[in-house]
Amino acid sequence: MSLDSVLFYVLAALVLGSAIMTITRRNVVHAAVWLISALVGVAGLFLSRGAEFLAGVQVIVYIGGIMVLFLFVIMLVPVHDESTQRRFSNQKWPATVAAVALFLWVAFIAVNGVGMLDHPGMAEPLGPGSLSENSEAVGLVLFSQYLLPFELASILLLVAIIGAIVMSKTRNRETES
Amino acid sequence: MDAISFTLSDFHVLKPAVVLCLVGCGILLTDAFLVRRIGQRWLNAVTALVGEAVVAAVLLQYLPDVRSGGSLTGLGGSIVVDGFGVFFNVIFMLAAVLAVILSARYMEAEGEQRGEYYALILFAQAGMSIMATGHDLVVLFVALETMALSFYVMVGFLRDSKRSNEAAMKYLILGAFSSGLLAYGFSVLYGISGSTSLAAIGEAIAGRPALDWIMILALITTSVGLFFKIAAAPFHMWAPDVYEGAPTPTTAYVSVASKAASFALMIRLFVTAYGSVAEAWVPLLAIVAIATMTIGNLAAVTQSNLKRLLAYSSVAHAGYMLLGLVAFSETGLRGIAIYLLAYVFMNYGAFALIAALRRDGEAAEELDDLNGLFGRAPGYTILMAIFMLSLTGIPPLAGFYGKYYIFLALLGEGYYILAVFAALYVAVSAYYYFRVIRACWLGEAAERPASLDMNLGTRTALVASGVLTVLIGVLPQRFIDLAGESVLAALR
Repeated sequence: MSLDSVLFYVLAALVLGSAIMTITRRNVVHAAVWLISALVGVAGLFLSRGAEFLAGVQVIVYIGGIMVLFLFVIMLVPVHDESTQRRFSNQKWPATVAAVALFLWVAFIAVNGVGMLDHPGMAEPLGPGSLSENSEAVGLVLFSQYLLPFELASILLLVAIIGAIVMSKTRNRETES
Repeated sequence: MDAISFTLSDFHVLKPAVVLCLVGCGILLTDAFLVRRIGQRWLNAVTALVGEAVVAAVLLQYLPDVRSGGSLTGLGGSIVVDGFGVFFNVIFMLAAVLAVILSARYMEAEGEQRGEYYALILFAQAGMSIMATGHDLVVLFVALETMALSFYVMVGFLRDSKRSNEAAMKYLILGAFSSGLLAYGFSVLYGISGSTSLAAIGEAIAGRPALDWIMILALITTSVGLFFKIAAAPFHMWAPDVYEGAPTPTTAYVSVASKAASFALMIRLFVTAYGSVAEAWVPLLAIVAIATMTIGNLAAVTQSNLKRLLAYSSVAHAGYMLLGLVAFSETGLRGIAIYLLAYVFMNYGAFALIAALRRDGEAAEELDDLNGLFGRAPGYTILMAIFMLSLTGIPPLAGFYGKYYIFLALLGEGYYILAVFAALYVAVSAYYYFRVIRACWLGEAAERPASLDMNLGTRTALVASGVLTVLIGVLPQRFIDLAGESVLAALR
């Protein structure tokens, strides 16, 4: 077994183990921390495939952004109430069926090979090695071909910030000024 | 590709959006450092109108280049300013100007007169401007989101109103859901063609062997995403709540401008990218159009709240406009263009009157609040009647010509059954529009009747909308030519 496969199995075990811990913890803060661990594992998997840009985005966006948001939400809701309540809703069985179906589907593709998804006219998949220096490639494309959406996204974010401030600002401060 | 290049011609095609963003940021700054100190917050509206004047000048500057089918291309083909783009930009500009004018009074009365509101009107318009000229999936999607996000905030701007908050929440969640679907469809299109450019996608689809499941997947996801945005049934359920809860000028802006921008994107996508698989989406659109007209018209009949009534009427109008796309001919698209232009004035006129209607300082939005209005404000009541008749589609008013060209296109392409359905629903819509007129004239006035709270801006908006509704109806040729010219640019 090459070092690459060892790394893969270690990271895969980390992701799966953390994911199971995430959905079985009663304390939501613990669940959130386990989710971070699972996401770090996924970032590691990206890195081992040479996709360092995706790995970086995974850490910055999911762990840096979304998980912090999760923790904020958890802090704002009364956690102790939740930990004593029944955890599985009536949708337990439909959810189980959906999960099993998804698992079988992914397993089916894994056994038959990804080639079964090919269809005429589909863009060529990227071969191994073609992802090297992908941060640089992403940067170049972002600032040449996709310069406009990149700049437009800054307006989008500005609107989001204004929206957050407008919605959360209290009226007192408004009348003071 | 590997060199960063941004030339003057790239800047030229982006001018409307750049101006709008700069003026929007300018309003935020002057509001914080200048206007707030003076205490005259309506000055922000003046700044916004100055920005709109500059946009109008830029659009005039485009005219010589886009006349007779010319176009300006920038940023490697991801922006193409042609007659179609300029026509829709004019619609967005008119809608934004009317929104600013109406908001100055309405937001003052609601105690939410703030600079951010006007900045958001302009940011939304910047997004729409690019939606009408964009030719690249990524550009179009980010532009659409810029528009949508601005609208979510504007809808929830009345922070003390429960219904406004509820409306913003519903709009945000359903809007995000539809954007997700649209993004998924766009990713499939990219998978099919390996390109984000609409023209390249169109070529890739035309060069594909047949209509297979992956093409149908792309068609359905992008269509459903756009059906949400134009409030077509069965994806219309956000419209009544959002229209009712939002500040009335925002309701008018969302109903007119967001619909026009989404239709611009839809026409571009269906004509340029899906043109070769028309036999697949024409039945889909025809079914959705019939469902939309049915639900919109039948639900509007029972409404007692004016804003909800107009919300369902706006759903119904989206159905008629979809029929123009079903016909998929020059006449049909011309019908959509002239319909949207007329819709700006007749819809804004109706909402302007509702925005002004108040009882003891509280917004009065019920149908019963109109009772006996003719006795108190005969001039404005006559204007309201004109808007209602125009929304019904009675000649010689602006609303007639949109429906006329769409019916003409349906008959021309042999869709007789669709045309019969559409004509029947016009009769249904006449019932609820005449209910509004009936309340104004014959309704028994309440003890403390609602009165019209007018200022110069609202008067101007009402009278201008009324004059243009009549003008387009009486002298339609000029406007029909403009619409036809713009549509030809999109079909080229």
